[in-house]
Amino acid sequence: MGYSDKVRKMYQAQIKGIHDAGIFKQERFIHSSQAADIEVEFPIGSSLKKVINMCANNYLGLSSHPEVIKAAHEGLDSRGYGMSSVRFICGTQDIHNELEKKVTEFLGTEDTILFPSCMDANAGVFEAILTEEDVMISDRLVHASIIDGIRLCSAMHDTYKHSDMDHLEKKLQLHADKRLKVVITDGVFSMDGDTAKLDEMVELCEKYDAMLFVDDSHSTGFIGKTGRGTHEHCGVFGKIDIITTTFGKALGGASGGCVSGRKELVEMCRQKARPYLFSNTIAPVVVSGVLKVLDILSQSTERRDKLETNTEYWRKGLTEAGFVLQPGDTPIVPVMLFNAKLSQDFSRDLYDEGIYAIGFFFPVVPNGKARIRTQISAGHEIHHLDKALNAFIKVGKKYDILGKTKQDIIDMYGL
Amino acid sequence: MEEIKDVVLEYVIEEYLEDEDEEITYDTPLISGGIVDSFSMVSLKRFLEARYKISIPDEKASPEAFDSVNKIVELVKEFIG
Repeated sequence: MGYSDKVRKMYQAQIKGIHDAGIFKQERFIHSSQAADIEVEFPIGSSLKKVINMCANNYLGLSSHPEVIKAAHEGLDSRGYGMSSVRFICGTQDIHNELEKKVTEFLGTEDTILFPSCMDANAGVFEAILTEEDVMISDRLVHASIIDGIRLCSAMHDTYKHSDMDHLEKKLQLHADKRLKVVITDGVFSMDGDTAKLDEMVELCEKYDAMLFVDDSHSTGFIGKTGRGTHEHCGVFGKIDIITTTFGKALGGASGGCVSGRKELVEMCRQKARPYLFSNTIAPVVVSGVLKVLDILSQSTERRDKLETNTEYWRKGLTEAGFVLQPGDTPIVPVMLFNAKLSQDFSRDLYDEGIYAIGFFFPVVPNGKARIRTQISAGHEIHHLDKALNAFIKVGKKYDILGKTKQDIIDMYGL
Repeated sequence: MEEIKDVVLEYVIEEYLEDEDEEITYDTPLISGGIVDSFSMVSLKRFLEARYKISIPDEKASPEAFDSVNKIVELVKEFIG
Protein backbone atom coordinates (compact mmCIF):
# COMPACT_ATOMS: atom_id res chain seq x y z
CA MET A 1 0.00 0.00 0.00
CA GLY A 2 1.52 3.30 -1.12
CA TYR A 3 -0.32 5.37 1.46
CA SER A 4 1.60 4.02 4.44
CA ASP A 5 1.46 5.26 8.03
CA LYS A 6 4.69 7.11 7.34
CA VAL A 7 3.14 8.99 4.42
CA ARG A 8 -0.04 9.71 6.39
CA LYS A 9 1.97 11.08 9.31
CA MET A 10 3.97 13.29 7.00
CA TYR A 11 0.78 14.92 5.70
CA GLN A 12 -0.68 15.13 9.21
CA ALA A 13 2.42 17.02 10.31
CA GLN A 14 2.05 19.42 7.38
CA ILE A 15 -1.60 20.07 8.22
CA LYS A 16 -0.67 20.61 11.86
CA GLY A 17 1.92 23.11 10.66
CA ILE A 18 -0.80 25.03 8.83
CA HIS A 19 -2.92 24.99 12.02
CA ASP A 20 0.00 26.10 14.18
CA ALA A 21 0.80 28.96 11.81
CA GLY A 22 -2.77 30.18 12.31
CA ILE A 23 -3.55 30.04 8.59
CA PHE A 24 -5.81 26.97 8.48
CA LYS A 25 -8.82 27.75 6.32
CA GLN A 26 -12.18 26.59 7.64
CA GLU A 27 -15.32 26.57 5.50
CA ARG A 28 -18.55 28.01 6.81
CA PHE A 29 -21.69 26.28 5.57
CA ILE A 30 -24.40 28.55 4.17
CA HIS A 31 -27.85 26.94 4.32
CA SER A 32 -29.62 29.56 2.20
CA SER A 33 -29.11 30.91 -1.30
CA GLN A 34 -26.44 33.58 -1.81
CA ALA A 35 -27.80 37.03 -0.90
CA ALA A 36 -27.36 39.95 1.50
CA ASP A 37 -29.17 37.94 4.20
CA ILE A 38 -27.84 34.42 4.65
CA GLU A 39 -28.13 31.59 7.18
CA VAL A 40 -24.81 30.18 8.30
CA GLU A 41 -23.68 27.11 10.23
CA PHE A 42 -20.45 28.03 11.94
CA PRO A 43 -18.65 26.43 13.63
CA ILE A 44 -19.73 23.17 11.99
CA GLY A 45 -22.49 21.53 14.02
CA SER A 46 -23.72 24.76 15.63
CA SER A 47 -27.24 26.07 15.10
CA LEU A 48 -27.97 28.29 12.12
CA LYS A 49 -27.35 31.99 12.47
CA LYS A 50 -28.87 34.75 10.33
CA VAL A 51 -26.16 37.16 9.26
CA ILE A 52 -25.59 39.91 6.71
CA ASN A 53 -23.10 38.91 4.07
CA MET A 54 -20.43 41.57 3.61
CA CYS A 55 -17.82 39.51 1.78
CA ALA A 56 -19.40 37.99 -1.35
CA ASN A 57 -18.41 38.86 -4.90
CA ASN A 58 -22.15 39.18 -5.54
CA TYR A 59 -21.60 42.82 -6.56
CA LEU A 60 -24.82 43.23 -8.52
CA GLY A 61 -27.00 41.08 -6.28
CA LEU A 62 -27.80 38.78 -9.20
CA SER A 63 -26.73 35.45 -7.66
CA SER A 64 -30.31 34.63 -6.68
CA HIS A 65 -32.24 37.02 -8.92
CA PRO A 66 -35.65 35.53 -9.86
CA GLU A 67 -35.25 36.26 -13.58
CA VAL A 68 -31.83 34.61 -13.64
CA ILE A 69 -33.15 31.56 -11.79
CA LYS A 70 -36.09 31.34 -14.21
CA ALA A 71 -33.78 31.55 -17.24
CA ALA A 72 -31.54 28.87 -15.73
CA HIS A 73 -34.58 26.61 -15.22
CA GLU A 74 -35.60 27.12 -18.84
CA GLY A 75 -32.08 26.38 -20.02
CA LEU A 76 -32.03 23.21 -17.95
CA ASP A 77 -35.33 22.09 -19.49
CA SER A 78 -34.46 22.93 -23.09
CA ARG A 79 -30.72 22.12 -23.27
CA GLY A 80 -30.30 19.53 -20.52
CA TYR A 81 -27.94 19.20 -17.59
CA GLY A 82 -24.52 18.31 -19.00
CA MET A 83 -22.63 18.00 -22.26
CA SER A 84 -20.47 14.96 -21.50
CA SER A 85 -17.91 16.26 -23.97
CA VAL A 86 -15.31 18.94 -24.52
CA ARG A 87 -16.22 21.77 -26.88
CA PHE A 88 -14.55 20.58 -30.08
CA ILE A 89 -15.92 17.03 -30.00
CA CYS A 90 -19.64 17.37 -29.24
CA GLY A 91 -19.74 19.79 -26.31
CA THR A 92 -20.81 23.02 -28.03
CA GLN A 93 -24.44 24.14 -28.11
CA ASP A 94 -25.97 27.09 -29.91
CA ILE A 95 -26.22 28.89 -26.57
CA HIS A 96 -22.46 28.66 -25.99
CA ASN A 97 -21.95 30.43 -29.28
CA GLU A 98 -24.69 32.93 -28.41
CA LEU A 99 -23.03 33.72 -25.07
CA GLU A 100 -19.65 34.25 -26.74
CA LYS A 101 -21.23 36.74 -29.14
CA LYS A 102 -23.07 38.57 -26.33
CA VAL A 103 -19.93 38.85 -24.19
CA THR A 104 -18.02 40.20 -27.21
CA GLU A 105 -20.66 42.86 -27.69
CA PHE A 106 -20.82 43.70 -23.97
CA LEU A 107 -17.05 44.06 -23.59
CA GLY A 108 -16.54 45.82 -26.93
CA THR A 109 -13.99 43.31 -28.20
CA GLU A 110 -13.58 41.34 -31.45
CA ASP A 111 -14.27 37.79 -30.24
CA THR A 112 -14.69 35.67 -27.10
CA ILE A 113 -14.03 32.09 -26.00
CA LEU A 114 -15.62 30.54 -22.92
CA PHE A 115 -13.58 28.67 -20.31
CA PRO A 116 -14.77 26.52 -17.38
CA SER A 117 -13.55 29.32 -15.09
CA CYS A 118 -11.52 32.52 -15.27
CA MET A 119 -8.81 30.59 -13.40
CA ASP A 120 -8.73 28.29 -16.45
CA ALA A 121 -8.79 31.23 -18.86
CA ASN A 122 -5.77 32.75 -17.13
CA ALA A 123 -4.04 29.38 -16.90
CA GLY A 124 -4.47 28.71 -20.63
CA VAL A 125 -4.19 31.99 -22.46
CA PHE A 126 -0.47 32.84 -22.24
CA GLU A 127 0.75 29.43 -23.29
CA ALA A 128 -1.61 29.55 -26.27
CA ILE A 129 -0.37 32.85 -27.68
CA LEU A 130 3.29 33.21 -26.64
CA THR A 131 6.58 31.35 -27.07
CA GLU A 132 10.08 31.58 -25.62
CA GLU A 133 10.81 34.46 -28.00
CA ASP A 134 8.35 36.68 -26.11
CA VAL A 135 8.08 38.41 -22.76
CA MET A 136 5.28 38.86 -20.21
CA ILE A 137 5.57 41.92 -17.97
CA SER A 138 3.14 41.73 -15.06
CA ASP A 139 2.11 43.97 -12.16
CA ARG A 140 3.53 42.54 -8.92
CA LEU A 141 0.05 42.22 -7.39
CA VAL A 142 -1.77 40.31 -10.14
CA HIS A 143 -4.13 37.51 -9.13
CA ALA A 144 -2.75 34.04 -8.31
CA SER A 145 -4.43 32.48 -11.36
CA ILE A 146 -2.45 34.79 -13.66
CA ILE A 147 0.76 33.78 -11.92
CA ASP A 148 -0.13 30.14 -12.59
CA GLY A 149 -0.75 30.93 -16.26
CA ILE A 150 2.59 32.71 -16.48
CA ARG A 151 4.33 29.71 -14.94
CA LEU A 152 2.83 27.43 -17.58
CA CYS A 153 4.12 29.60 -20.42
CA SER A 154 7.61 29.37 -21.90
CA ALA A 155 7.91 33.11 -22.56
CA MET A 156 10.24 35.18 -20.39
CA HIS A 157 8.58 36.79 -17.39
CA ASP A 158 9.31 40.03 -15.62
CA THR A 159 7.39 42.21 -13.17
CA TYR A 160 6.90 45.89 -12.44
CA LYS A 161 6.09 47.55 -9.11
CA HIS A 162 2.38 47.75 -8.41
CA SER A 163 0.78 50.39 -10.67
CA ASP A 164 4.16 52.11 -11.12
CA MET A 165 4.08 53.39 -14.70
CA ASP A 166 7.68 54.64 -14.70
CA HIS A 167 8.85 51.20 -13.68
CA LEU A 168 6.66 49.58 -16.34
CA GLU A 169 8.17 51.87 -18.96
CA LYS A 170 11.69 50.87 -17.88
CA LYS A 171 10.74 47.22 -18.26
CA LEU A 172 9.29 47.83 -21.71
CA GLN A 173 12.61 49.44 -22.67
CA LEU A 174 14.63 46.61 -21.11
CA HIS A 175 12.74 44.01 -23.14
CA ALA A 176 12.48 45.99 -26.37
CA ASP A 177 14.30 43.26 -28.29
CA LYS A 178 11.67 40.60 -27.63
CA ARG A 179 9.41 39.45 -30.48
CA LEU A 180 6.15 40.03 -28.59
CA LYS A 181 5.59 41.90 -25.34
CA VAL A 182 2.47 41.50 -23.21
CA VAL A 183 1.75 43.78 -20.26
CA ILE A 184 -0.41 42.01 -17.70
CA THR A 185 -2.61 43.55 -15.00
CA ASP A 186 -5.79 43.09 -13.02
CA GLY A 187 -8.45 45.71 -13.82
CA VAL A 188 -9.48 46.07 -10.18
CA PHE A 189 -7.04 44.50 -7.72
CA SER A 190 -8.96 42.10 -5.53
CA MET A 191 -7.25 42.67 -2.19
CA ASP A 192 -6.87 46.46 -2.18
CA GLY A 193 -9.78 47.37 -4.47
CA ASP A 194 -7.70 49.87 -6.46
CA THR A 195 -8.01 50.26 -10.23
CA ALA A 196 -5.25 49.82 -12.83
CA LYS A 197 -4.20 52.96 -14.73
CA LEU A 198 -5.37 51.55 -18.03
CA ASP A 199 -5.33 54.89 -19.86
CA GLU A 200 -1.62 55.31 -19.17
CA MET A 201 -0.97 51.64 -19.84
CA VAL A 202 -2.62 51.81 -23.27
CA GLU A 203 -0.38 54.77 -24.13
CA LEU A 204 2.75 52.94 -23.01
CA CYS A 205 1.75 49.79 -24.86
CA GLU A 206 1.19 51.77 -28.06
CA LYS A 207 4.52 53.56 -27.63
CA TYR A 208 6.49 50.34 -27.08
CA ASP A 209 4.48 48.07 -29.35
CA ALA A 210 3.20 45.81 -26.58
CA MET A 211 -0.13 44.03 -26.12
CA LEU A 212 -2.22 44.74 -23.03
CA PHE A 213 -3.88 42.01 -20.96
CA VAL A 214 -6.47 42.86 -18.29
CA ASP A 215 -8.20 40.47 -15.88
CA ASP A 216 -11.47 42.30 -15.22
CA SER A 217 -13.05 39.72 -12.93
CA HIS A 218 -13.67 42.27 -10.17
CA SER A 219 -15.03 44.87 -12.63
CA THR A 220 -17.17 43.36 -15.39
CA GLY A 221 -20.81 44.33 -14.94
CA PHE A 222 -20.36 47.33 -12.67
CA ILE A 223 -17.18 49.40 -13.21
CA GLY A 224 -17.60 52.17 -15.80
CA LYS A 225 -20.73 54.17 -16.57
CA THR A 226 -22.53 51.24 -18.18
CA GLY A 227 -20.68 48.55 -16.25
CA ARG A 228 -18.52 47.28 -19.09
CA GLY A 229 -15.39 47.26 -16.95
CA THR A 230 -12.21 49.15 -16.18
CA HIS A 231 -11.58 49.88 -19.87
CA GLU A 232 -14.83 51.86 -19.97
CA HIS A 233 -13.98 53.55 -16.66
CA CYS A 234 -10.53 54.60 -17.95
CA GLY A 235 -11.74 55.75 -21.37
CA VAL A 236 -9.97 53.01 -23.34
CA PHE A 237 -12.98 50.92 -24.38
CA GLY A 238 -12.06 48.83 -27.44
CA LYS A 239 -8.32 49.28 -26.88
CA ILE A 240 -7.54 46.27 -24.70
CA ASP A 241 -6.03 43.36 -26.61
CA ILE A 242 -6.97 40.63 -24.14
CA ILE A 243 -9.60 40.74 -21.40
CA THR A 244 -10.27 37.79 -19.14
CA THR A 245 -13.24 37.83 -16.85
CA THR A 246 -15.51 35.61 -14.78
CA PHE A 247 -19.20 34.77 -14.58
CA GLY A 248 -18.58 33.66 -11.00
CA LYS A 249 -18.79 37.10 -9.41
CA ALA A 250 -21.06 39.98 -10.52
CA LEU A 251 -22.52 38.19 -13.55
CA GLY A 252 -24.70 35.78 -11.60
CA GLY A 253 -21.89 34.26 -9.58
CA ALA A 254 -22.27 30.64 -10.69
CA SER A 255 -19.11 29.68 -12.56
CA GLY A 256 -17.28 30.06 -15.84
CA GLY A 257 -15.02 32.61 -17.44
CA CYS A 258 -13.71 33.73 -20.78
CA VAL A 259 -10.95 35.23 -22.86
CA SER A 260 -12.22 38.14 -24.94
CA GLY A 261 -10.18 40.28 -27.28
CA ARG A 262 -8.42 40.34 -30.65
CA LYS A 263 -9.97 37.66 -32.84
CA GLU A 264 -6.68 36.00 -33.77
CA LEU A 265 -5.71 35.67 -30.11
CA VAL A 266 -9.10 34.15 -29.30
CA GLU A 267 -8.69 31.76 -32.23
CA MET A 268 -5.27 30.72 -30.91
CA CYS A 269 -6.94 29.89 -27.59
CA ARG A 270 -9.56 27.83 -29.43
CA GLN A 271 -6.79 25.86 -31.14
CA LYS A 272 -4.27 25.57 -28.30
CA ALA A 273 -5.50 26.51 -24.82
CA ARG A 274 -5.38 23.36 -22.75
CA PRO A 275 -8.17 24.08 -20.23
CA TYR A 276 -10.46 24.71 -23.23
CA LEU A 277 -9.33 21.63 -25.13
CA PHE A 278 -9.28 19.15 -22.27
CA SER A 279 -12.21 20.13 -20.08
CA ASN A 280 -15.97 20.48 -20.48
CA THR A 281 -17.12 24.03 -20.89
CA ILE A 282 -19.77 25.85 -18.85
CA ALA A 283 -22.95 23.80 -18.23
CA PRO A 284 -26.05 24.81 -20.26
CA VAL A 285 -27.93 25.81 -17.13
CA VAL A 286 -25.22 28.35 -16.24
CA VAL A 287 -24.91 29.61 -19.82
CA SER A 288 -28.67 30.32 -19.81
CA GLY A 289 -28.36 32.22 -16.54
CA VAL A 290 -25.46 34.36 -17.77
CA LEU A 291 -27.33 35.19 -21.00
CA LYS A 292 -30.16 36.55 -18.86
CA VAL A 293 -27.72 38.51 -16.68
CA LEU A 294 -26.27 40.21 -19.77
CA ASP A 295 -29.82 41.02 -20.94
CA ILE A 296 -30.60 42.62 -17.59
CA LEU A 297 -27.38 44.66 -17.61
CA SER A 298 -27.79 45.77 -21.22
CA GLN A 299 -31.29 47.10 -20.53
CA SER A 300 -30.51 49.23 -17.49
CA THR A 301 -27.65 50.51 -15.35
CA GLU A 302 -29.91 50.56 -12.30
CA ARG A 303 -28.05 47.82 -10.45
CA ARG A 304 -24.53 49.18 -10.98
CA ASP A 305 -25.82 52.66 -10.06
CA LYS A 306 -27.26 51.31 -6.82
CA LEU A 307 -23.97 49.54 -6.12
CA GLU A 308 -22.13 52.83 -6.61
CA THR A 309 -24.47 54.63 -4.20
CA ASN A 310 -24.19 51.82 -1.64
CA THR A 311 -20.39 51.87 -1.91
CA GLU A 312 -20.23 55.63 -1.33
CA TYR A 313 -22.56 55.29 1.68
CA TRP A 314 -20.51 52.46 3.18
CA ARG A 315 -17.13 54.09 2.62
CA LYS A 316 -18.38 57.41 4.03
CA GLY A 317 -19.86 55.70 7.12
CA LEU A 318 -16.66 53.82 7.91
CA THR A 319 -14.50 56.88 7.31
CA GLU A 320 -16.64 59.07 9.58
CA ALA A 321 -16.54 56.34 12.25
CA GLY A 322 -12.74 56.64 12.21
CA PHE A 323 -11.58 53.44 10.54
CA VAL A 324 -8.42 53.31 8.42
CA LEU A 325 -9.52 52.31 4.91
CA GLN A 326 -7.54 51.38 1.84
CA PRO A 327 -8.22 54.30 -0.54
CA GLY A 328 -10.30 53.62 -3.65
CA ASP A 329 -13.73 53.90 -5.20
CA THR A 330 -14.68 50.30 -5.97
CA PRO A 331 -17.08 48.07 -3.97
CA ILE A 332 -14.04 46.37 -2.43
CA VAL A 333 -13.55 48.34 0.79
CA PRO A 334 -10.71 46.98 2.97
CA VAL A 335 -10.84 48.00 6.63
CA MET A 336 -7.19 48.01 7.67
CA LEU A 337 -6.25 46.36 10.98
CA PHE A 338 -2.58 45.52 10.12
CA ASN A 339 -2.23 42.81 12.80
CA ALA A 340 -3.23 39.25 11.74
CA LYS A 341 -4.68 38.19 15.10
CA LEU A 342 -6.65 41.42 15.42
CA SER A 343 -8.19 40.77 12.00
CA GLN A 344 -9.29 37.30 13.10
CA ASP A 345 -10.65 38.51 16.46
CA PHE A 346 -12.43 41.40 14.78
CA SER A 347 -14.06 39.06 12.25
CA ARG A 348 -15.23 36.69 15.00
CA ASP A 349 -16.77 39.54 16.99
CA LEU A 350 -18.51 40.88 13.88
CA TYR A 351 -19.99 37.44 13.36
CA ASP A 352 -21.34 37.50 16.91
CA GLU A 353 -23.01 40.78 15.95
CA GLY A 354 -24.59 39.16 12.89
CA ILE A 355 -22.12 40.41 10.30
CA TYR A 356 -20.24 37.99 8.05
CA ALA A 357 -16.91 39.52 6.96
CA ILE A 358 -13.61 37.70 6.83
CA GLY A 359 -10.18 38.75 8.06
CA PHE A 360 -7.36 38.51 5.52
CA PHE A 361 -3.74 38.23 6.58
CA PHE A 362 -0.40 36.89 5.37
CA PRO A 363 0.13 35.11 2.97
CA VAL A 364 -3.09 36.29 1.26
CA VAL A 365 -2.01 39.90 1.80
CA PRO A 366 1.52 41.15 2.67
CA ASN A 367 2.75 40.77 6.24
CA GLY A 368 1.58 43.66 8.41
CA LYS A 369 -1.32 44.54 6.12
CA ALA A 370 -4.07 42.39 7.68
CA ARG A 371 -7.57 43.66 7.08
CA ILE A 372 -11.27 42.89 6.95
CA ARG A 373 -12.15 43.00 3.27
CA THR A 374 -15.73 44.19 2.91
CA GLN A 375 -17.51 43.91 -0.42
CA ILE A 376 -20.62 45.89 -1.18
CA SER A 377 -23.52 44.62 -3.27
CA ALA A 378 -26.49 46.09 -5.09
CA GLY A 379 -28.35 43.44 -3.09
CA HIS A 380 -27.64 45.41 0.09
CA GLU A 381 -30.30 47.83 1.30
CA ILE A 382 -29.44 50.82 3.48
CA HIS A 383 -30.71 48.97 6.56
CA HIS A 384 -28.14 46.20 5.89
CA LEU A 385 -25.35 48.74 5.66
CA ASP A 386 -26.52 50.57 8.77
CA LYS A 387 -26.63 47.39 10.79
CA ALA A 388 -23.17 46.39 9.53
CA LEU A 389 -21.82 49.86 10.28
CA ASN A 390 -23.17 49.75 13.85
CA ALA A 391 -21.52 46.37 14.36
CA PHE A 392 -18.20 47.63 12.98
CA ILE A 393 -18.36 50.65 15.30
CA LYS A 394 -19.21 48.48 18.33
CA VAL A 395 -16.33 46.09 17.65
CA GLY A 396 -14.04 48.98 16.69
CA LYS A 397 -14.71 50.58 20.09
CA LYS A 398 -13.99 47.30 21.86
CA TYR A 399 -10.52 47.23 20.31
CA ASP A 400 -10.12 51.01 20.67
CA ILE A 401 -9.11 51.60 17.07
CA LEU A 402 -11.66 54.26 16.05
CA GLY A 403 -10.01 57.54 15.09
CA LYS A 404 -6.61 55.92 15.38
CA THR A 405 -3.94 56.14 12.69
CA LYS A 406 -2.15 53.22 11.11
CA GLN A 407 0.82 53.85 13.40
CA ASP A 408 -1.43 54.00 16.50
CA ILE A 409 -2.95 50.62 15.66
CA ILE A 410 0.47 49.10 14.95
CA ASP A 411 1.78 50.49 18.24
CA MET A 412 -1.15 48.92 20.11
CA TYR A 413 -1.26 45.51 18.41
CA GLY A 414 2.04 45.11 16.58
CA LEU A 415 2.47 43.99 12.98
CA MET B 1 35.64 45.76 -9.03
CA GLU B 2 34.16 48.08 -6.43
CA GLU B 3 32.06 49.72 -9.11
CA ILE B 4 30.14 46.56 -10.12
CA LYS B 5 29.30 45.94 -6.47
CA ASP B 6 27.76 49.36 -6.10
CA VAL B 7 25.95 49.24 -9.42
CA VAL B 8 24.33 45.92 -8.48
CA LEU B 9 23.46 47.05 -4.97
CA GLU B 10 21.86 50.23 -6.26
CA TYR B 11 19.90 48.30 -8.87
CA VAL B 12 18.61 45.79 -6.31
CA ILE B 13 17.53 48.58 -3.94
CA GLU B 14 15.82 50.51 -6.69
CA GLU B 15 14.21 47.47 -8.29
CA TYR B 16 13.12 45.26 -5.43
CA LEU B 17 12.86 47.07 -2.12
CA GLU B 18 9.31 48.21 -1.47
CA ASP B 19 10.02 49.64 1.96
CA GLU B 20 12.35 52.64 1.95
CA ASP B 21 13.56 51.89 5.47
CA GLU B 22 14.76 48.43 4.55
CA GLU B 23 18.53 48.13 4.38
CA ILE B 24 20.60 45.55 2.58
CA THR B 25 24.31 44.84 2.38
CA TYR B 26 26.52 43.13 -0.16
CA ASP B 27 25.88 39.82 1.62
CA THR B 28 22.16 40.05 2.36
CA PRO B 29 20.45 36.90 1.03
CA LEU B 30 18.27 38.18 -1.80
CA ILE B 31 16.37 35.16 -3.08
CA SER B 32 16.50 32.86 -0.05
CA GLY B 33 15.77 35.98 2.04
CA GLY B 34 12.60 36.69 0.08
CA ILE B 35 13.72 40.10 -1.23
CA VAL B 36 13.91 39.01 -4.88
CA ASP B 37 11.46 36.36 -6.09
CA SER B 38 12.73 33.93 -8.66
CA PHE B 39 10.33 35.45 -11.23
CA SER B 40 11.92 38.86 -10.91
CA MET B 41 15.44 37.51 -11.26
CA VAL B 42 15.06 37.74 -15.02
CA SER B 43 15.20 41.53 -15.04
CA LEU B 44 18.36 41.49 -12.95
CA LYS B 45 19.98 39.06 -15.38
CA ARG B 46 18.94 41.13 -18.38
CA PHE B 47 20.13 44.32 -16.70
CA LEU B 48 23.58 42.82 -16.04
CA GLU B 49 23.83 41.47 -19.58
CA ALA B 50 22.95 44.83 -21.09
CA ARG B 51 25.13 46.85 -18.74
CA TYR B 52 28.27 44.71 -19.04
CA LYS B 53 27.68 43.47 -22.58
CA ILE B 54 27.86 39.84 -21.49
CA SER B 55 25.67 36.79 -21.92
CA ILE B 56 24.96 34.68 -18.83
CA PRO B 57 23.77 31.17 -19.80
CA ASP B 58 20.49 30.14 -18.11
CA GLU B 59 22.17 27.22 -16.34
CA LYS B 60 24.56 29.66 -14.64
CA ALA B 61 21.77 32.02 -13.63
CA SER B 62 20.65 29.90 -10.70
CA PRO B 63 18.89 31.27 -7.62
CA GLU B 64 22.03 30.38 -5.66
CA ALA B 65 24.28 32.40 -7.98
CA PHE B 66 21.98 35.42 -7.60
CA ASP B 67 21.53 35.16 -3.84
CA SER B 68 23.61 38.17 -2.80
CA VAL B 69 25.25 41.19 -4.36
CA ASN B 70 28.69 39.65 -3.76
CA LYS B 71 27.68 36.40 -5.47
CA ILE B 72 26.25 38.31 -8.42
CA VAL B 73 29.50 40.24 -8.76
CA GLU B 74 31.45 36.95 -8.84
CA LEU B 75 29.18 35.71 -11.60
CA VAL B 76 29.51 38.89 -13.63
CA LYS B 77 33.31 38.84 -13.27
CA GLU B 78 33.38 35.33 -14.65
CA PHE B 79 31.86 36.52 -17.91
CA ILE B 80 33.54 39.90 -18.26
CA GLY B 81 36.76 37.92 -18.66
